[in-house]
Amino acid sequence: MSVAVALFRKLLGMAVTLLVTSFLVFSSLYLAPGDPVSFLVKGRSPSPAELVAVRKEFGFDQPFPARYWHWLDAVLHGDFGRSYLFHESVGAVIWARLPASLLLVGVSTVLIAVVGIGAGAFSALRHGTRTDKSVLLLVTVGAAVPSFAAAVVLRSVFGVRLGWFPTIGNGTGLLDELHHVALPAVALSVTFMALVTRVTRASMLDELGREHVEVALSRGAPRGSVLRRHVFRNALGPILTVSGLLVSGMLVSTAIVETAFGMSGIGSLLVQCVDELDFQVVQALVLLVVAVFVVVNTLVDLVHPLIDPRIAAGGGAR
Amino acid sequence: MTLLEIDALTVELPGAARPVLDAVTLRLAAGEVVGLVGESGSGKSVTARSALGLLPARARVTGRVLVEGRDLVGADAARLREVRTGVASMVFQDPRAGINPVRRIGDFLTEPLRLTKGWSRREAEARALELLAAVGLPDPPRHLRQYPHQLSGGMLQRVMIAGALAGEPRLLLCDEPTTALDVSTQAEILALLGGLQRARGLGMLLITHDIELAAASCDRVYVMYAGRIVEQAPAAELFGSPRHPYTRGLLGSTPPLTGPLERLRPVPGAPMSLAESAPGCAFAARCTFAEPGRCDHSAPELLPLTAAPDRSAACFRVAELPNPAVTEARP
Repeated sequence: MSVAVALFRKLLGMAVTLLVTSFLVFSSLYLAPGDPVSFLVKGRSPSPAELVAVRKEFGFDQPFPARYWHWLDAVLHGDFGRSYLFHESVGAVIWARLPASLLLVGVSTVLIAVVGIGAGAFSALRHGTRTDKSVLLLVTVGAAVPSFAAAVVLRSVFGVRLGWFPTIGNGTGLLDELHHVALPAVALSVTFMALVTRVTRASMLDELGREHVEVALSRGAPRGSVLRRHVFRNALGPILTVSGLLVSGMLVSTAIVETAFGMSGIGSLLVQCVDELDFQVVQALVLLVVAVFVVVNTLVDLVHPLIDPRIAAGGGAR
Repeated sequence: MTLLEIDALTVELPGAARPVLDAVTLRLAAGEVVGLVGESGSGKSVTARSALGLLPARARVTGRVLVEGRDLVGADAARLREVRTGVASMVFQDPRAGINPVRRIGDFLTEPLRLTKGWSRREAEARALELLAAVGLPDPPRHLRQYPHQLSGGMLQRVMIAGALAGEPRLLLCDEPTTALDVSTQAEILALLGGLQRARGLGMLLITHDIELAAASCDRVYVMYAGRIVEQAPAAELFGSPRHPYTRGLLGSTPPLTGPLERLRPVPGAPMSLAESAPGCAFAARCTFAEPGRCDHSAPELLPLTAAPDRSAACFRVAELPNPAVTEARP
């Protein structure tokens, strides 16, 4: 199968996933308790006639399939509706907060990759030693720390006591933003780092025991090259898969960390809009999160055959 | 100078009841084909690996392993690399496991040349093409770009052999080179190895559990049992008149290739594991000729036979035992 056909299949799969998700998201919010109209008219006492008018204006009087269809139609044309809360188009609301969250996720991804893979490889090469056991212990602790707990500790130690990092807000300008995002990124990535460390260590140990490694050594290749070209290179598959899953799911986890650090981003927006029943924004955000998840994992699938040629480009192991 | 000279090599692993290798002594001259025969776990592979300095890191090693005079026991990385890149190389048992599955055949062949000899990609690839042709693969330029899973087991073993020849070695260690292959390709690979050995004048150590194979393709054969050499003899003589009871047992349990199929006589008992040890001869417990109070008391040394000084056996009773002709000797 050619690469173009494989790519087309992936894209088709992505589209179907997103369509199914959109339906689930829309219907779950439809079923959720609470009436958005009551939020819209909050603080006033409208007459029944006014209520009917509001319902009609926002389309709440129409049956569910019609509402879904209208919404989907608009979404496909790039219109995610208007936010009740911000009196702005949903697109503009999200767009304004996206860069901060992307920076947070980006810095966390780098941390996860560098620290997770580094610690895992380091630990595997010292298998069975005290260093290895210490790393494993740290990893177990790290994996057990929820990000909100990490956030509290990091803020109080590095933010308040030591005063090295700001404790609240997004900052302005790239350097200041990076300074602001440092602690949240650590809080966000602790658990993920621990998981990547474990996967890297296990995968490296697996490959270290393979006969082709001994063969390469028996032919005089320097140990460093063998570790790089045969052990780490072959261990990449599982590391990439797990990292892809973790990173693509990270946008959801920003909700806790951004709220804890008083940052304005996608995550804190999601929390706020769920609180205030701003359905249009919530729908768009959930779709965005799912889209990122699907796109990142599709990319991982597409890269995988390059790492392991035994996996055909069309997906599915040989 | 002897090509390979292993002298009283003893390898002990922590936690094992007996040494993996116990005072193994073996000689292999340039251009000579020597067989190393024994059951699984008898130490054949460890012996061969010692000639590349590939012993387990945790092992306690005494004795000497001289490859063209260089002692590899306790050798530094530079000396090991010198031997591995230009003097000795190994054909491993299973090419599917021994060749990195995610890299191209070309990478497998050119890597040592580029990494250890500093050749350019172009030079190394030209050499790889020659090597692939030398091992009889039909389309070298195409194979260079193929991945291991695109080749059959037999073809891949040819690649493994080509890889072993890349550094122009004088000693080729073959660790059961046909065991992982289909029966139909085994003979082809053996013929290829034999042809290469003769054409290049290689010294070859052929490890096998197939005593008939060893007799057919080797000049001399060593028989190993539980980490020790128990018998050494020119191949034809060993096959025609085995002297050590273990070798007799091995031959009695091998179905003849020609002639009427008689009932096979398996060696009773099981080979000694690393968790067991014996104060005397390791084979005594399974030996029909064992003499209580002597064979299970102290271990016999490998000594030349008085009747045939080019042969040796490690058995107290070797001179007393009847001299059987198990089958007629074959070429």
